[in-house]
Amino acid sequence: MITLFGVGCLVFLVVCALVVARTRDLLAATVVFAAYSLVMALVWQQLQSPDVAITEAALGAGITSLLFLLAIGRTRRTEDEEG
Amino acid sequence: MREPLRFDDLILKEVGGLLVPFLQMFGVYVIFHGHLSPGGGFSGGTVAGISMILFSLVFGLGPGLRKVSHDATRIMESSGTLWYGLVGLVGVLRGASFLMNRGAGIPLGTPGRLFSGGLILLITVGVGIKVASAIISLYYLIVED
Repeated sequence: MITLFGVGCLVFLVVCALVVARTRDLLAATVVFAAYSLVMALVWQQLQSPDVAITEAALGAGITSLLFLLAIGRTRRTEDEEG
Repeated sequence: MREPLRFDDLILKEVGGLLVPFLQMFGVYVIFHGHLSPGGGFSGGTVAGISMILFSLVFGLGPGLRKVSHDATRIMESSGTLWYGLVGLVGVLRGASFLMNRGAGIPLGTPGRLFSGGLILLITVGVGIKVASAIISLYYLIVED
């Protein structure tokens, strides 16, 4: 059973993943990745897996974004053109 | 020690100070109800660790280190793993295999009650302590020089 809400979430996930992969600004990529994790937690809950949803909301949206932000603070904000 | 991340903001301090105890309570709740409801040692430990990260983000690294020091995270991390192994050995000592629960003759209690499920609650507490301290020490390692 897939709902309109579920389809919207999945489309949002694909768009977020493409944006994270394409953007050169690492800070923007981190913020979009946090939004991706948050919607992914909703999708886990829709798939009747609330256990994974709690972990995704806490780890994906919280810890991972924070560690990425701290790493960006330690390094540069933009990605090199050649690599 | 310099303060790498410090936000002197009234709203952040008020909301952060209000939020930290509720986050810790929710983390402990998720850990202790791991065998009854969604969540468990990993999810609850993450939430409990996030509460301390929020505290040291809002109030500075120094007060955070005074609450949970490096030694505390190290001891908690090691003792969580040790606790897991010791609880697992209970099954071996009672003549069954490692981490065996009902097969080792451990009373399971009434299903649905908090103190049920035999060793699962004890295992989950160990995992929660381990994960929370690991996340806190990860944050400390990245933030400070």
